[in-house]
Amino acid sequence: MRKEMLTGNAAAAWGVRLAEVDYIPVYPITPQTEIIETLARWISDGVMDSKYVTMDSEHSMLTAAGSASATGARAFTATSSQGLLYGFEMLYAVAGWRVPLVMANVSRGLSSPITLEPDHNDVLAARDTGFLQIHCETCQEVLDSILMAYRLVEDERVLLPIIVNLDGFYLSFTREPVEVPDVEQVRNFLPLYQPKHAFFKASQPMAQSAAVLGGLGYSYFKYQMHMASQNALAVYKEVCEEFETGFGRNYDTIEGYMLDDADYVLVMTNSFSTLGKAAVNNARESGIKAGLLRLRLVRPFPVADLKAAITGKMAVAVIDQNISIGKGGILHSEIASCLYNEKHRPLLLSFIAGLGGKNISPDEFEFIINKTVTGADTEDAGTAQLIYTDKEWQEMERLKRMAGKG
Amino acid sequence: MAGNGAIKEDGGKGVKEMVIERIKSIKGIPPEENMLPGTPACAGCGGLLALRHCMKALGRKTVIVNAAGCFTLLAIYPYTPFKNSWLYTAMASAPAGAQGIRDALDILIKKGRLDPDEDLKVVVLTGDGAAYDMGLSSTSGAINRNLDFYYICYDNEAYGNTGVQWSGATPFASKTGTTPPGRISPIGSELAKKDLFAIWNSHKPPYLATISPAHPVDLINKFKKAEQYKGPKLFIALSPCPPGWGIDSSYTVKLAKLAVDTGVWALKEAVFGVVTHTVVPKRFKPVEEYLQVQGRFAHLFKPVRQEAALNKIQEGVNEYWNRHKLLL
Ligand SMILES: Cc1ncc(C[n+]2csc(CCOP(=O)(O)OP(=O)(O)O)c2C)c(N)n1
Ligand code: SF4
Ligand SMILES: [Mg+2]
Repeated sequence: MRKEMLTGNAAAAWGVRLAEVDYIPVYPITPQTEIIETLARWISDGVMDSKYVTMDSEHSMLTAAGSASATGARAFTATSSQGLLYGFEMLYAVAGWRVPLVMANVSRGLSSPITLEPDHNDVLAARDTGFLQIHCETCQEVLDSILMAYRLVEDERVLLPIIVNLDGFYLSFTREPVEVPDVEQVRNFLPLYQPKHAFFKASQPMAQSAAVLGGLGYSYFKYQMHMASQNALAVYKEVCEEFETGFGRNYDTIEGYMLDDADYVLVMTNSFSTLGKAAVNNARESGIKAGLLRLRLVRPFPVADLKAAITGKMAVAVIDQNISIGKGGILHSEIASCLYNEKHRPLLLSFIAGLGGKNISPDEFEFIINKTVTGADTEDAGTAQLIYTDKEWQEMERLKRMAGKG
Repeated sequence: MAGNGAIKEDGGKGVKEMVIERIKSIKGIPPEENMLPGTPACAGCGGLLALRHCMKALGRKTVIVNAAGCFTLLAIYPYTPFKNSWLYTAMASAPAGAQGIRDALDILIKKGRLDPDEDLKVVVLTGDGAAYDMGLSSTSGAINRNLDFYYICYDNEAYGNTGVQWSGATPFASKTGTTPPGRISPIGSELAKKDLFAIWNSHKPPYLATISPAHPVDLINKFKKAEQYKGPKLFIALSPCPPGWGIDSSYTVKLAKLAVDTGVWALKEAVFGVVTHTVVPKRFKPVEEYLQVQGRFAHLFKPVRQEAALNKIQEGVNEYWNRHKLLL
């Protein structure tokens, strides 16, 4: 074990290296590219024994990654944003193949307008595909999550692909101290992948991904995928415990920050949670019993853990860094649906913020927390709030004037 | 392949080529059936007949990587007509699927996790729509990377599985669901068929050939020849399609033969880019003989003869064979 200053992308690459992945088909896209360039260097230098191939698109990349996995190799791939969408057809396909592929998604907003900085519309577009999803806050968590991801999805009770998500720029290019475990230690935790269900070899011909006619076969396989994803909740707990035993770090499905005694809760995901935690500190200093719940496992959705953590609270503010145009925050809807039948459900407020990497300032958090407190007092959640400050508005107006569009 | 032929030095170029033990007649076709009957393909499916011969040539240590098209319905859970393995991918990316499988087999063998005896030939199987249009990017990538694989394109000259619509392989003047001859557009498809052979051949793959279900001996010999090469081995089979072409299902072989005899479908091969014709009719039959028996060209003859269109088709065929100096 050693400690290094690593970016989120480098931490992802280290996870792949330590998992001794066999096969890595790639395609470049900002801000993910550093992952695949790092892996390319290690393979070229001979410190990693993997086959690496640059494909003609993310659609091809995902097909190759999935088919290698269906042949019995441990595969990895990575993408972002437009790339994830370009390969989208294959997300559903590969999940249906029931192969334990691990993919890193480095979140980035979706065109139009074309941009580079993060929000979560890309990864959340994949929420119904069958891929499991782990969303990370820190670089250490990225490395650790890749290892946990293989262990989780290679389990016979699961056998579904998984996305490990990290925010572009804010995490992908931020250096943090990361403990890099020894490979022997990782081997103890993550044994060789030896599939019993899906492989190709001459002595045992197998038709994989055959068509079905009608709903009988279709429903049969889709229900199985859903049940396998549900199994992953229990398997996750086992993996989590073993990871903690081996490496001393604990990652539950959700992370609570000053949550136990909190009356008011912010719900967030990914790297901006760090800002949320600072806002909780500020609120506590001014006497508001605030806390934060960071959703880490997004698929399968950890319904029981969520319910246990937030029923009985006064009010919960879901801060969505995504927008379902015409509906609002995606995670707000998901959390609302799992609380609806609870007797002591908290008031649930919805805020959209941080789209396209827009900062969430301490003032904005203060606004959100105040709204949450008054919401609880008046028992009125209001409608979804699209957070955009006066200053930001003025800056946009200034830019437009400069361009003669004022 | 080893032991199945001698090596011939090709004088100037230094390219080594195996001398293949060619079969001489249909008696030489391997009797074993690797694709069994009872599929949902239409009666008289020319593509299926071509595939049956291909699978005889390829043998059972094979994995087929399929793209969306009629043949996706060959393996319907929980059945498969194949004695070999199968993976359905998507419409655009079967060659990428082949890449993943080939690479995975290679790594697993290299790392000692798979017995070399368990190795498989990786075979892409797609229609023309996938090959000529949507899958062109993934195919070009695979050929360019010199992926060691086979590609069988059964070319029925339309998007068949969706009910026969225009594809990049649809010939000039063909009627399809999206190119209906009418008062304003009496010809049907106005566009020429893409030359996929030339597109693929621009990559100079080790082996590339056109084949026909009516020429099984030529087909088997081409597979035998292809086997010596590591890298892409590509086959395009012109495949009469009774519902798409408007022919009786008993007419498939006859029509496949007419396509060759009229010069519409040139049987040829290319080794590292160098093209040779393998079957050249002694006397070419008029193209009309091929056209007039097909429903998809009926509008060229009735209610009025579309002379200009018919001439254009014949001239296109003449031009091809003149260019190759093979028109006798
Ligand atoms: C991405 C995508 N677009 C469209 C389709 C619909 N589709 C299924 S089969 C098919 C036709 C394929 O044509 P071709 O490759 O010529 O094969 P054929 O059906 O003629 O056997 C189409 C368009 C699809 N499955 N996937
Ligand atoms: S539509 Fe044509 S290609 Fe498709 S199965 Fe029927 S005959 Fe064969
Ligand atoms: Mg077709």
